[in-house]
Amino acid sequence: MSTTEQNLPVKAFTRDFNFYYGSFHALKSINLPVIEKHVTALIGPSGCGKSTLLRSFNRMHDLYPGNRYQGEIVLNPDNTNILDTRVDPIEVRMRVGMVFQKPNPFPKSIYENVAYGLRVRGEKSRSMLDDKIEDALRGASLWNEVKDRLNQPATALSGGQQQRLCIARCLATDPELLLFDEPTSALDPIATANIEELVTQLRDRVTILIVTHNMQQAARVSHYTAYMYLGEVVEYGITDEVFLRPKKKETEDYITGRFG
Amino acid sequence: MNSIPATTVVSDRLARNVQRNIRERAIESILFGAALVSVLTTLGIVWVLVSESLNFFEHVPFSDFLTDTMWTPLFSEPRYGILPLLMGTITTSLVALVVAIPLGTVIAAYLSEFASARVREIVKPFLELLGGIPTIVYGYFALTVVTPVLQAIYPDLPGFSMLSAGLVMGIAIVPYISSLTEDAMRAVPMSLREGAYGMGSTRFQTAIRVVIPAALSGVLSAYILGISRAVGETMIVAVAAGMQPNFTMDPTEPAQTISAYIVQVALGDLPHGSIGYQSIFAAGLSLMLMTLLFNILGHVIRRRYREAY
Repeated sequence: MSTTEQNLPVKAFTRDFNFYYGSFHALKSINLPVIEKHVTALIGPSGCGKSTLLRSFNRMHDLYPGNRYQGEIVLNPDNTNILDTRVDPIEVRMRVGMVFQKPNPFPKSIYENVAYGLRVRGEKSRSMLDDKIEDALRGASLWNEVKDRLNQPATALSGGQQQRLCIARCLATDPELLLFDEPTSALDPIATANIEELVTQLRDRVTILIVTHNMQQAARVSHYTAYMYLGEVVEYGITDEVFLRPKKKETEDYITGRFG
Repeated sequence: MNSIPATTVVSDRLARNVQRNIRERAIESILFGAALVSVLTTLGIVWVLVSESLNFFEHVPFSDFLTDTMWTPLFSEPRYGILPLLMGTITTSLVALVVAIPLGTVIAAYLSEFASARVREIVKPFLELLGGIPTIVYGYFALTVVTPVLQAIYPDLPGFSMLSAGLVMGIAIVPYISSLTEDAMRAVPMSLREGAYGMGSTRFQTAIRVVIPAALSGVLSAYILGISRAVGETMIVAVAAGMQPNFTMDPTEPAQTISAYIVQVALGDLPHGSIGYQSIFAAGLSLMLMTLLFNILGHVIRRRYREAY
């Protein structure tokens, strides 16, 4: 298993990764490690490619025609390049969960939303489902709010609850890597605080890669931060270092609000 | 304390523009008139149907109309029981829906979730063409192509049958069901699909477990519209199902539907003004009530299953 200088295990990393939307070169030779059981934040101004990079980790770009990957994104422990044409994107998404910008619960009951991933994987035992669903909902700090109404439609929940439900939906399948794409941008401050608290709790359990527009959020929840600009990673390091002692002028300008 | 002036002064620039006001009012009345045409037409049709039917029911007891199992307006001892016609209508419609709902849904799911943009560009015009074929053509297609083919399989099948007419009617309404279902499925936001794919779903799982449930209200509305069309469809059944009222729900038999009966009378089989002639209004009213029922049902379903995103 590969490690960084500090000897921390790397869950995933990109090697000379490039991405193209048709002829537009959106990501340019990205080399980024994602440290296991830690939170890595991607920050940068709109259009810098942070969401594009995030969505490459579960090959979400495969859904749209004209997108092209180049280089490698390696997932450990098996050292698999998930961009390899022999790799099934469905297998990748079975291992890598994703939480989206806007909560997107399925038009089903709360219970069935969390059961979704398990059912897709062929799980049929009711007692097994019940157990895993309770665990996942507890993991997403939602159990106490919904335990008495598991059969109600998920769309009746509030926005913040829906987002925690989406997190529970991912947790139910024990993902190795969890991708968050600006998970609080559609939420009010209290719901945002709940999600941040949740990310902090989850970081001992699962490797997290999070895209955020909110620099305070990155500073609060992440261990490592990558600052991206115009499709490149400008600076990567321990979050405190990046925020307090940025090495690059561009990073400092963005963090201090002089730009972006 | 400052006193507020009793009259407020409006500057010339903010004063009401009389000419514009008149123009707006004129446009509004034209638009209202256009909307009124559809309302008045509907009310007019209902009035004719109801008043003529009342005339008819003065001579034929309402209970006979609903319970008699014979419909023989041309006999010297005419009997007016709507049930045989109703059963013809229901049977042909059921046969049609057994074809059209699965086929239309599968086509819609394919076009919305599986087909590439290029395939969709090719298939959709063909579907629209299918929807544009006159129903009389479908009727003769049923009579001269489908019935002989079915007879090759079931030699006992008569020359006119509800099975043949129903099957072809099913094909005829596939475009309506598939295009509305596809619209409903494509209206499902991409974020929901991304969520499903993100969980490791295959395309098929995404379509069946997420997209169709999310589009359910639209899909069910499409089905209801298909049912309404099948119930009211006239030429296919008039040509291919036969003209004999038949108290049966066996699709391998010939039978007359309500709509086909109206065609028969309208062609001049019964003298104008006779009781028999007025029976078409009672039949038409029954048909309209049936479609109205389905439309109301569709409305209820749309409201019940609508998902807001």
